[in-house]
Amino acid sequence: MSARFVVRAVLLALAPVLGAAPLLAQADRSQPPKPGPVRALKLPPVERLSLSNGVNILLVGVHEVPVVEVILVVRAGAVADPGGREGTAAMTADLLDEGAGGKDALALADAIDFLGATIGAGASWDASTVRLRVPVARLDAALGLMADVALRPDFPEAELARLRKEALTDLLQARDVPAAIASRALAQAVFGPGHRYGKPQAGGAAELASFTVAELRAFHAARYTPGASSLVVVGDVTSAVLPALEKAFGSWKASSAAPAPPAVPAPRQLTTRSVWLVDKKAAAQSSLRLGRIGPSWPDPAYAPNEVMNTLLGGSFTSRLNDNLREQHGYAYGARSLFRRNLTGGQFLVATDVQTDKTGPALGEVFKELDRILLPASPEEVERARNYAALGYASDFETTSQMAQRMVDKVVYNLPDGFYEAFVPQALATDVAGLQKAARAAVDPKRLAVVVVGDRATVEAPLRALNLGTLRVLGVDDVMGKAPTID
Amino acid sequence: MRLAAPLAVVLLAAPSASPGAPRLSVPYEMFRLPNGLTVIVHEDRSAPIVSVNCWYHVGSGRETPGRTGFAHLFEHLMFEGSKNVPEGAFDRWLEAVGGSNNGSTQEDRTNYYEDVPANALEMPLFLESDRMGFLLDKLTSDTVDGQRDVVKNERRQSYENQPYGKVEDALPPALFPKDHPYSWPVIGSMADLGAASQQDVVDFFKKWYGPANASLVIAGDVDAGEVRTAVEKWFADVPTSDPIDPIVPRPVVLREEKRVVLEDKVQLPRLYLAWVTPPAFAPGDAALDAVAAVLAGGKNSRLYKRLVYELQVAQDVTAFQYSQGLASTFQVIVTARTGHDLVEIQKLVDEEIAKLQAAPPSERETVRFQNRTEASFFDRLESVGGMGGKADQLNLYYFRTGNPDFFEEDLARYRALAPNDLQAAAARYLGAGRVLVSVVPEGKRELAVPEVGK
Repeated sequence: MSARFVVRAVLLALAPVLGAAPLLAQADRSQPPKPGPVRALKLPPVERLSLSNGVNILLVGVHEVPVVEVILVVRAGAVADPGGREGTAAMTADLLDEGAGGKDALALADAIDFLGATIGAGASWDASTVRLRVPVARLDAALGLMADVALRPDFPEAELARLRKEALTDLLQARDVPAAIASRALAQAVFGPGHRYGKPQAGGAAELASFTVAELRAFHAARYTPGASSLVVVGDVTSAVLPALEKAFGSWKASSAAPAPPAVPAPRQLTTRSVWLVDKKAAAQSSLRLGRIGPSWPDPAYAPNEVMNTLLGGSFTSRLNDNLREQHGYAYGARSLFRRNLTGGQFLVATDVQTDKTGPALGEVFKELDRILLPASPEEVERARNYAALGYASDFETTSQMAQRMVDKVVYNLPDGFYEAFVPQALATDVAGLQKAARAAVDPKRLAVVVVGDRATVEAPLRALNLGTLRVLGVDDVMGKAPTID
Repeated sequence: MRLAAPLAVVLLAAPSASPGAPRLSVPYEMFRLPNGLTVIVHEDRSAPIVSVNCWYHVGSGRETPGRTGFAHLFEHLMFEGSKNVPEGAFDRWLEAVGGSNNGSTQEDRTNYYEDVPANALEMPLFLESDRMGFLLDKLTSDTVDGQRDVVKNERRQSYENQPYGKVEDALPPALFPKDHPYSWPVIGSMADLGAASQQDVVDFFKKWYGPANASLVIAGDVDAGEVRTAVEKWFADVPTSDPIDPIVPRPVVLREEKRVVLEDKVQLPRLYLAWVTPPAFAPGDAALDAVAAVLAGGKNSRLYKRLVYELQVAQDVTAFQYSQGLASTFQVIVTARTGHDLVEIQKLVDEEIAKLQAAPPSERETVRFQNRTEASFFDRLESVGGMGGKADQLNLYYFRTGNPDFFEEDLARYRALAPNDLQAAAARYLGAGRVLVSVVPEGKRELAVPEVGK
C-alpha cells in the first residue's frame, strides 16, 4: 500500500470544504512583515520544598505530557577527583547503575526499562547527577530504583572490570575522531598540563586501568551526601509528590563527616599566542579550535557576552559562519561559544575546514576575531540581541530543558530571577555594550590555536600566517599511547 | 516553557491495550488552498512559540542517476534568497525576530522549519511562501556554486573525515539495484554535485517544489482562524503546480548474501548487516522496530547482553528499522573489540537472530519494548518545533498516512504486537538475502568477513 495514495484519498474527501476559503488580504512582499509586540519571558514558578534530612527540592510543574524528571544533584564533580586519580567522579557515576539495592546490573536495567523509565548518572566538572525520567503513572516504583542507584550502589568488581575495558576502548576509538583529538589538545593548550581542566574529565588511560572498587566506594561515601545534594523535580506533578520523595530519599544520612567542598584553582589566562599542529595524515578536513580562559558562573556579563557571541559565532548569520561557510565555502559551519564552570571557563571557536583551505580559513577566523573588537553596526547588534533574547523561551520548552536549567541553577548558584532577567538585559545590549563584552572575552593575541589535520598539506600555509610559535605534535602526544586492552 | 494552560495534548481515558494508558491526540485543522497547498494547523498555547514546518514531498529518491544530490543541494539553495528576499536575508530577517531554522533531506522528503516567537508568525510565512513561489527569480549560478562548495564540505565533515563514514556510500548500491532510487546516498556523489548545470537545477525545482507537492504545518501559540487568514494571504499568489505521482513501494528481494570489505582510518573493525524490509507503516514495519529493540535496545537486549555484556567481544551494538516509502532497511551494526574479528562477530549475531526466528521472545521482552515505546511517544509530544517536534510529526504522519493526528494509531501498532509477531517478522524479513559490510583498519583485511570468491 502506498502512503501517498492514502494522502490523495483524504485530500479528495476534503476538497469541497477547502474550496470555500475566501481570499481577504493581499500579501505585501516589498518588505518583511513586522512582528507584533514582544511577550515577556514568563516561566512557571519554582516551588521550594525539603526532605526531613535537609535535602532541598526545586519543583517546577510542567503539565503538557504525563512525564516527570527527578534529578539528584550532588555538588561534587570532576573537580572533586582526588589528585592523580582523575576520572574518579565519572567512573563512580558510571558504576551506580551496574548493581544496586540487591539487584545486579541486568536485573536493575530490566526493572527500569520495564517501567518505560530511564535512569542515567554522570559527572560534569562541578556536579554529579542521577537522572530519572518516567511516565508519572510509574513514578513511585521508579523512585525506589533511583534511590537504590544513587544511595545503595554495590560497585561490583566484575562490572568495574567491564566498564574499565569499555572506557579504555573509548579512548582508543577517540584517536579516530578529529574533533575528539582537537578538543583534548585545546584543553591542554589553554589550561596547561598542571591544571585539572587540562586533564581529561573522565580520566586518562593510567587512571582508567587502575581504578579500584574501594576508591570509588570511598568517593561515593564521602561526596554523595544529603548536605551536598538537592533534588530537581520537573514535570506533571505537584507538591503532593513530596511523600514519595521523602520515602525514597528522606532517610538518607551521611556516613562520615563532610569533606571540604571541592575547589579548583582559578586557571591563569594565556599571555601569548601559540599554535599546535596535530598531524592526522590524509585528513579530508582540518579541525580548527581556538580557545582561551573565559568567565565563570554566575557570569555578571552573561547577557552581553551571549549577545556578543551570537554575532561572532553563535548563530547561523554570525560573522564566523557567514564568512567561512557562506562567503568562502571553506567549511560546513563555524561557531564560537562560552563554557562556564563554577571556577573559570573557556571561550572557544570551532570549525572544520577543507584541508587545502586551512591557511586562508584560519586567516579569516583571525580577521573576525580582530573585527569583533571594533564597533559593530547597529543593525547587527539589534539582530544579535533579538535572536539571543527572543529565542530564549525555547530553551525552557521541554521537561528536560527546564530540568537542566534548574540543575544549572542549583550547581552554579544562579539567583532567583536570573533567567527572566536575561531577556531585558540582552535586549538592552547596545553597540558599546557588545564591544565591551568582546574586548573582555576575545584577545586574538592571547589564545591557543589547535589544528588537527594533514601536516604535509597544512604546515607551510600555517607557518606563513606567522601566528606565533608553532608546535608539531603527533596523535600520541595529545592522546597518549594507544591503550592496551586485555 | 510550559504553563498550566489548556492541554495541547488531549489525554482521554479510552480503551487500549495497556490498561489506564491515556489516548494520545494532537488536534488539528486541515485545509487546502486553490493552488494545491495542504495546510495543517495545531494550537498549543503552552509556550509563546510557533513553528512553521514545510515538507516538500521530494527527496533523493526522486533524483536520477548521474544527477544525484539535488534534493539535498536544494535544501541549501532554499535559504539563499528568492524574488523578494535578498541573498542572506532569509536567515538575517528570521534571526532579527528571534527565530531559528533548519532543513533536512531524506530519500522521500525534504523538510524545512522556522521556529519563531509567536508574535512573529508572519515572518516565516512570508519567507516560506516567497521561496515556494519565486525562488527561481533570484537563483544564480553563483549561489549554486557557493552552496555546492558548502555541501562538499558537509560531505567531508559528515562522511569522509568521520570514522566508518565510507559505509554511507557503500550500503545503498549494495542493497538496491542500479535503477532503484534508493541505490545512491542522499547527499549524492561529489562528481554529480560538480556536474550539475544551472538548467538541471532549475528543472528540478520546477518539477518538485510547487504547492501541490508540499504540506505546511503551523503549530504553536496561535489562533487557528488567524493562521488560516495569514496563510491565505501569503500563499495565495504562489502559482499552482502540477500534481506529482505518488510514491509507490518498490520492494527489492535480495537472493543472496553480498559482502563488501572497506578499509578505513579506524582502530576497531565494525560489521554492518543490512536487509531490505517492508516500507514505512506496511505490515511488518512495527514488528521490525520491536525486533530491533529485542536485539539491541538496552542492557538486557539479546545482542547487547551476549556480545557486549557477557562475552565482551564488542564495544557497541545497534539495530534499527529505517522506515521509508519505497522500501525500508533493517540494520545491525557491531563494533568489535581489539582481538576479535568480524567473522566471530557475524557468527554470534547470526546465532541470536536464528534463536529469535526459531522461538518467540518472552512476554516480558515484548511488554518491556511496548512500555518503552509508549514513554517515547510522550517524549515526542514535548516540543512544538525543531526537527522531530510536533509540527514535524504532523507532517510526517500526513505524508505517510494522510492523517496528521496518527499518534494513537501509530502507538496502537506497537501495543498490538504479540511475541509471535516478532518471531514471524524476524523469520520472514531477516533472511539469507542481505548485505554484510566489513569496515576494517587499513591493511587489516584479515579481520573482515571476506568477500565471496576472494
